[in-house]
Amino acid sequence: MINDGTLEKLKILAGAAKYDVSCASSGSNRPNTGKGIGNASPWGICHSFTEDGRCVSLLKIMLTNYCQYDCAYCINRRSNDIPRTAFSPAEIVELTIEFYRRNYIEGLFLSSGVVKTPNHTMQMLTKVAQDLRTIHNYNGYIHLKSIPGASPEMIREAGLYADRLSVNIEIPTEQNLKLLAPEKDYPGILQPMGIIRQGILENKENRRKYRNAPRFAPAGQSTQLIIGATADNDSQILTLASSLYRQQNLKRVYYSGFIPVNSYDKRLPMLVQPPLIRENRLYQADWLMRFYHFKVEEIVNDNHPDLDLELDPKLSYALRNPWMFPIDINKADYELILRIPGIGVKSAQLIIAARNFGRVNSGQLLKMGVVLKRAKYFLTCNELSSPTINEIRPEGLRRLFTEQTKGKKKDRNYGQLKLF
Amino acid sequence: MNIITYDKTFEGFLTAVFDCYDKKLTPITFVGFTEFQSILFGKEHPVITDAFKADRVWKGLHKKLSDTGCKMLAIDFLSELPDVELILYRYIRKVLESNVSIETNFGDSCVLEIYQLFKKVSRETERVRMFVRFQKTIDNIYFASFDPQYNVLPLTVHHFESRFADQSWIIYDTNRKYGFYYDLKSVNEISFDSSKIHPVTGTLDQSAFTEDEKLFQKLWKTYFKEIEIKERHNPSLHKRLLPKRYWKYLTEKQ
Repeated sequence: MINDGTLEKLKILAGAAKYDVSCASSGSNRPNTGKGIGNASPWGICHSFTEDGRCVSLLKIMLTNYCQYDCAYCINRRSNDIPRTAFSPAEIVELTIEFYRRNYIEGLFLSSGVVKTPNHTMQMLTKVAQDLRTIHNYNGYIHLKSIPGASPEMIREAGLYADRLSVNIEIPTEQNLKLLAPEKDYPGILQPMGIIRQGILENKENRRKYRNAPRFAPAGQSTQLIIGATADNDSQILTLASSLYRQQNLKRVYYSGFIPVNSYDKRLPMLVQPPLIRENRLYQADWLMRFYHFKVEEIVNDNHPDLDLELDPKLSYALRNPWMFPIDINKADYELILRIPGIGVKSAQLIIAARNFGRVNSGQLLKMGVVLKRAKYFLTCNELSSPTINEIRPEGLRRLFTEQTKGKKKDRNYGQLKLF
Repeated sequence: MNIITYDKTFEGFLTAVFDCYDKKLTPITFVGFTEFQSILFGKEHPVITDAFKADRVWKGLHKKLSDTGCKMLAIDFLSELPDVELILYRYIRKVLESNVSIETNFGDSCVLEIYQLFKKVSRETERVRMFVRFQKTIDNIYFASFDPQYNVLPLTVHHFESRFADQSWIIYDTNRKYGFYYDLKSVNEISFDSSKIHPVTGTLDQSAFTEDEKLFQKLWKTYFKEIEIKERHNPSLHKRLLPKRYWKYLTEKQ
């Protein structure tokens, strides 16, 4: 099955799939039944990292890069003159299993250009997942792309074999989507999302009643937004993300800095470099919403529609709200401690636990991993009496922090830093 | 002021803890029998591993600590840090002497140290799960070698056993010269003549592997190269996430 032709196809179809940033393999807990191949671990495992610093967890590949759509931002758009090819389902199955057995990957992330009809394409994707599960007894992770326009029945079928389903919104506002992808519209994207959400909820209910009811997309659904291809501001992007988390129960929203793959298309901006810093700030803001109990309006609002590129969103929030600081770490609630810049989820939990035994001082904070050189302006503890944000003033702190990062930037021209 | 010599097993260490209490010893260091040099300042106390004594200590700890708390001790021990026994001993004394559980008193540096060491060892365990690469040998065994910073291979066995249940595999620690072999029925500890493992590549001779192994390695390398987005090239981030000391074992970095 696998031969020299496979190598060429792999080159083309991996290259075609790489702009989809999702790579998570977490959230599923599929045991290996009856001595088959693989299992899905609930926390997910990255197996490698590419030289652009992105994690490789799944074999991210397209079934084919033929596509009838002509979306301006996409490398695979129909009007592009690029080499086109297609895998057979059997080839993908074999590649997945052989890679999996060598511990290269955590599973498969399969997507496709739209060929013939959306339903036909969806059926092909489902067939790969079905073969893996039923013929090869494969229990590893599978992420399938839900093809826009596929029927509800097709999506429901796919969810029976996949751990995660995703529908990409790509463009954060409807009018801009219409402009760049005339064949797509928001209802066409949100409807399948609703179907998947419904399927997941019903399945949870069923599995509560019958422990052996078949799973439906146990790792939930995710989506991707392209950043910087259109003039949408961060407030629009994050408000959309926040409503997706709350209303559609999405597990993840991914932000993908726009890379001008079709530079000839005049509807798209000319960028020298992808907006990596902005992308990083959006991820930080996303983290604040998901793990730090922040509301989207607290991060961006009409007065501050865009994230601060110089400072991370949590610090930026603190400088805008000096009245709430300094926070007494020996008395404040967990949610409030999380608001202190330089204290993350882990150290906040350690502080809360340690407080039961006695008052916590700055030396202990440092040992617990608190970034004190940042946090010290926003907290009080047992003995610390250094000047806080109220003495230095937000403007003064801003100067201090931006100078610190500028010093560091010299050897780092790249915007993508680690999260927090 | 006693120098405790013992067999470097966790059971031996627990026995040592028992002896320290029983004979009112004040350990200043714990060393393996072979590492002991009599010129060291202090009186030697050799410990003979005793399942009964070890069990008494272990049960005593279970009364004061949660299951996770006890597991943490065993995992910390695998770090093989030169002074790990003292770190554990100090902590165990505190635990046993306190009337309330001190497990979550992270303001206490002894408690925090145990927790942070546990995090470090767990991280290395995770890296074994991430970065082990199997190669298929002509005997139909998937072979992988690795040299983790800490002695964490035993902690990964369960993961590999349940995941790769239908293929036999070997994971070998080239530094500590032992490994685990799964023969489709059970996992057993093995060790073999280390001259079979090439000192530079850290793996077996190429003739040991099947033809299609080379094909799949080529496919994987091609894939790995192809999915990088050149516009986002960022070698320093790459090295931070994928430290160089693991490259030797990664097919895609050859």
